[in-house]
Amino acid sequence: MNRLALWLCAPATVVMLAVTGWPILYSVLLSLRRADLRFPQDQEWIGLANYATVLSSPYWWTAFTVTLLITVVSVTIELVLGMAVALVMYRTVTGRGMVRTLVLIPYGIVTVAAAYGWKYAFTPGTGWLTGHAAPLTDPAGAIAIIILAEVWKTTPFMALLLLTGLALVPEELLRAASVDGATRWERFTRVTLPLMRPAILVALLFRTLDAFRIFDNIYVLTGGAQRTSSVSIIAYHNLIGGLNLGIGSTMSVLILVSVALLAALYVRVLPR
Amino acid sequence: MLDGVSKRFADGTTAVRDVTLTIADREFVILVGPSGCGKSTTLNMIAGLERISEGELRIDGRRMNERPPRDRDIAMVFQSYALYPHMTVRENIAFPLKLARMPKTEAAAKVRRTAELLDLTEHLDRKPAALSGGQRQRVAMGRAIVRNPKAFLMDEPLSNLDAKLRLQMRTAIARLQKTLGTTTVYVTHDQTEAMTLGDRIVIMDSGLVQQVGTPQELYDHPANLFVAGFLGSPPMNTLPAEVTSDGLATVLGTIPYGSRLRRAVLPHQVVAGIRPEDFQETPAGASFTGTVDLLESTGAEQLAYFTFAAGLSFERDGPPQVVARLGSRSGLRAGEPATLWFNPDAVQVFDPATGANLTPRVPRPGRPGG
Ligand SMILES: Nc1ncnc2c1ncn2[C@@H]1O[C@H](COP(=O)(O)OP(=O)(O)OP(=O)(O)O)[C@@H](O)[C@H]1O
Ligand SMILES: [Mg+2]
Repeated sequence: MNRLALWLCAPATVVMLAVTGWPILYSVLLSLRRADLRFPQDQEWIGLANYATVLSSPYWWTAFTVTLLITVVSVTIELVLGMAVALVMYRTVTGRGMVRTLVLIPYGIVTVAAAYGWKYAFTPGTGWLTGHAAPLTDPAGAIAIIILAEVWKTTPFMALLLLTGLALVPEELLRAASVDGATRWERFTRVTLPLMRPAILVALLFRTLDAFRIFDNIYVLTGGAQRTSSVSIIAYHNLIGGLNLGIGSTMSVLILVSVALLAALYVRVLPR
Repeated sequence: MLDGVSKRFADGTTAVRDVTLTIADREFVILVGPSGCGKSTTLNMIAGLERISEGELRIDGRRMNERPPRDRDIAMVFQSYALYPHMTVRENIAFPLKLARMPKTEAAAKVRRTAELLDLTEHLDRKPAALSGGQRQRVAMGRAIVRNPKAFLMDEPLSNLDAKLRLQMRTAIARLQKTLGTTTVYVTHDQTEAMTLGDRIVIMDSGLVQQVGTPQELYDHPANLFVAGFLGSPPMNTLPAEVTSDGLATVLGTIPYGSRLRRAVLPHQVVAGIRPEDFQETPAGASFTGTVDLLESTGAEQLAYFTFAAGLSFERDGPPQVVARLGSRSGLRAGEPATLWFNPDAVQVFDPATGANLTPRVPRPGRPGG
């Protein structure tokens, strides 16, 4: 019986190990070697030297800060907007399906395509959102636009996750609260929000992990210029652009570790 | 006080039609009726949870239609209790006080007193999920009484409890209401609860008020067949009858007119009604003979069922049946013929078309007042 169970799980486990386990392990191994494709002969095990290089590099820490900034700001805005959109979707009586479909459109558009849309919109001279100014060439402006693109795209996803949470709040509790003397706002903050806590945390978890790995919007909008690189962008530049497999892998492993830490943090506050 | 209040839902259903009702201060009023008759809707309109489509709701003489629930100073107990799962019992009970911005120490004292009253003190720090049904019910009551509102609205508060607990809580609620003296509107579909709890009963059917009165009035003088059939367990026996010169011709034989019916102006056909407990074994008044086809004993009493071959029929629900409620030591035996006696003055007559009670209202025999 037990043996049969193991056999039944085996194919899936093997596939998982092959497509995710092995690459991860391989990255870890690479991160422990000097492996620069520009000097193929010069490969050897160097222990944690790559980590020392990356962690003492100002580029890494700038990228890390930028990534955190984008993550925190965009996820916060998405949460607030997403909640508002979820409430609208939940309370809509007429044309429910229509509203939900419309709201989801940004999420359905390929990120790169949307990113080019934003890029053209902010191109000096021809862009419809800018005159002759060039906001994408200034770090603050560029990051603001990256966040805007990020928020525009993923708010619908947030709203959808929150909508499922809203649907779990019993109508009767809200009625009870209004008889107990709660205003609309008090009903929201004292009944709806606490009861939605698990849904909110799950939505935040998904979005934080996703936002931390931000790549395509930055790649299209600035390419990482003007100190707008995220950690994923500099990992890419080192790995693919610089052909430095060792350093690139080290950065990938560090991103993985950061994401794992974030996830652990959320799981800790999540009710069982 | 409700003045010609109606409720139409967006989909066109009229759930409550033209209800007019004045509730006195400190009164315990029961709204009773079958499922779907509009009891909850009526209660929700009083609470402000449903918009009133037509008519006016006044509390203390002031129009309330447009006021939100929190301006009406009314507390409500829901059928599902609607306790806030993320709050402890203490926080649940304190919630209305907190919303009213009552100072913390005063609120804490009130919560403590309420918990004592309802025997909840040792559960104050638990979450609702960790309580039994009866305890949750008491927390819901606590949340209602803690703020000393103008009125309580209760929507089938006992229907999720088992039979024994329901009985206990029923008396507890009655006592509580007497102690606090708070005006209460109580919804139930259980006629026993209605009869035992209320100062006055409002019987509803399909959105219409059928009759309003004290339990005894409604029992003794049901305004129509619906009320007659709803109150009492088992309900009043109803038999199609033809009006003849010597009496009412029914499957029981001809029932002579009592002093009351003699004075009534009756149509050709009526429905005769007689309560199960109006039959007795000792000869007096009129009688009928039939075969007992089922005898139920509850220990304290016996219910004897007689079925008759379909006689006069303008009733569709099977052959006419008569139930008699007798003492536990009756000499009746199942399958054997028996003769039972009744006072012809106990018989009431109803219009078969409208259901209206045609019996002239004079005191019932053997009961004071009326
Ligand atoms: N939101 C609504 N929209 C349309 N019709 C409704 C709505 N709520 C209730 N109704 C209808 O109104 C009628 C009265 O409902 P209500 O809940 O008041 O009945 P009730 O007497 O409380 O019944 P129960 O004993 O089952 O609780 C029912 O026929 C119901 O189908
Ligand atoms: Mg109801």
